[in-house]
Amino acid sequence: MIEKNLIIIGGGPAGLAAAKSAYDSGERDILILERENTLGGILNQCIHNGFGLHTFKEELTGPEYANRYVQQVLARNIEYKLGATVISVTNDKVITCVSEADGLVKYHAKAIILACGCRERPRGGINIAGSRCAGVFSAGTAQKLVNIDGYMVGKEVVILGSGDIGLIMARRMTFEGAKVKAVVELMPYSSGLNRNIVQCLKDFDIPLMFSHTVVDIKGKDRVESVVIAQVDEKLQPIMSTAQEIKCDTLLLSVGLLPENELAKFANVQLSNVTGGGVVDDKMMTNVEGIFQCGNVLHVHDLVDFVSEESELAGKCAVDYINNGKTESDYVELQTSGGVRYVVPQKISRKVDTGELKLKMRVANVFKNRRLVVEVDGEEIFSKKRPVVAPGEMETITLKADQLDKVSKGQSVVVCLKEV
Amino acid sequence: MKEMICICCPMGCHLQVDDSDKTNIKVTGNTCPRGEKYAKDEVTAPKRMVTSVVRVKDGVIAMASVKTSAPIDKAKIFESLDLLKGIELVAPVKEGDIAYKDILGSGVDFIVTKNVAKK
Ligand SMILES: Cc1cc2nc3c(=O)[nH]c(=O)nc-3n(C[C@H](O)[C@H](O)[C@H](O)COP(=O)(O)OP(=O)(O)OC[C@H]3O[C@@H](n4cnc5c(N)ncnc54)[C@H](O)[C@@H]3O)c2cc1C
Ligand code: SF4
Repeated sequence: MIEKNLIIIGGGPAGLAAAKSAYDSGERDILILERENTLGGILNQCIHNGFGLHTFKEELTGPEYANRYVQQVLARNIEYKLGATVISVTNDKVITCVSEADGLVKYHAKAIILACGCRERPRGGINIAGSRCAGVFSAGTAQKLVNIDGYMVGKEVVILGSGDIGLIMARRMTFEGAKVKAVVELMPYSSGLNRNIVQCLKDFDIPLMFSHTVVDIKGKDRVESVVIAQVDEKLQPIMSTAQEIKCDTLLLSVGLLPENELAKFANVQLSNVTGGGVVDDKMMTNVEGIFQCGNVLHVHDLVDFVSEESELAGKCAVDYINNGKTESDYVELQTSGGVRYVVPQKISRKVDTGELKLKMRVANVFKNRRLVVEVDGEEIFSKKRPVVAPGEMETITLKADQLDKVSKGQSVVVCLKEV
Repeated sequence: MKEMICICCPMGCHLQVDDSDKTNIKVTGNTCPRGEKYAKDEVTAPKRMVTSVVRVKDGVIAMASVKTSAPIDKAKIFESLDLLKGIELVAPVKEGDIAYKDILGSGVDFIVTKNVAKK
């Protein structure tokens, strides 16, 4: 068994930022374990630009953004292993890792940061009837095939789901010479950014069909067509509206799920809303010394927020290594009135980071609302929001004087209210 | 009056553009000066950043990602992308390398955005 102070599982933006910040907080005994053969995580396949406006004040592509953090980790000489897959983590912080280079290795760490990112919801996770022929890909798999392996996945494409990955892939396939016949969205709105609807669909006259879904996939060996239909308010297909679209490829962009197999091994409490862990304001889970950050905690749309959150996790993990757990009196954060979740889910009574950033998602598109934090019915924070949407994460920063108003036993609620 | 969404950053500001007088285009709704420039370009000569991939010989992965060094004419996107089809870089390639110089006489280059080591 190899002893380490801090082990970080995952070398994507979250793991890299956590490692950098742990180092800068004084920790030198750090190891990053990464399954793939490169550091950088999923951003290596997100070749479009638009990353890093918050963090670096310039617009970078995914690989460039990832490389900034890779360089910072290399400059600090932080140890990392590639091709190293962690297969289990226990609640007494024993990690089992397999790699071609070292075989099976067991580590014990004083603190562990889970930064394993998320995975795409596969076809099995949604219900589409029809044949199991070739030509159905998740959008992220297609992104990797086209952008890293140089393999073109199809010529005539229908995309189900208008989140950012679906939109970006519509343009990407168009650039590679494919005809994208439609982007089909179940909801009456897109969870993608407006700029992506403009520059990925409108620029190329790709139709975006709201309140529609794919009800059938036809074809023998390869997809030959898909049948789409409008849905009613209960999201049930109206079969009289069914129409067939000829295509050889269907891309599914139907959501991301935190990668939490490892957390389950370690008895980390998971939220059934986010699919990620339940953490406190130091990013620590219910298992002492196990932290989470990035997409494994909750799915982010901007990597800048991943980096920021992960730097906090890195710093707090070092605090824990040096001082042990300092807090056990938590105040749980509740949500209501259209707020679907908030992270962290609980806060210690003494927040020693000075201020506290709360991240949340709403359940629907709302106009002219206020994001409000109430303590025992009294508003301690309010922020006007002309529009909020499920696709865009909202943030609230509570200052020290506002946090002082929170004490044990009180009810703290994050909600949306009319202006 | 035209309505458009600024694509320069994820804020996606809703812009109103009055281009009745082409010599004095008025823009409102932008949060920062980039929005004004975007709207003016959009009604006169729309431009886009373009990102794609180029084949790499002997690399640890098959493709290196590239971007234009500046936005290029929207109407020339596909013609520009065609230029990339014929070329093959040789590993190792580094972020910042020029993959294709002076796209269609625009003075804009395709720049590599990813390090690809030799196999
Ligand atoms: C297909 C796809 C496209 C996306 N496109 C965008 C986009 O365009 N813009 C944007 O801002 N965000 C995008 N995102 C979100 C993006 O994932 C985040 O912004 C950011 O990359 C999250 O960082 P992370 O480090 O949490 O996760 P990741 O980047 O996913 O990194 C997690 C790392 O952990 C490793 N890992 C996982 N399990 C193990 C294990 N058991 N052992 C060892 N290593 C392990 C993985 O190999 C991976 O390298 C996209 C996400 C996906 C899935
Ligand atoms: S106007 Fe400025 S802030 Fe608004 S979307 Fe454009 S670049 Fe972003």
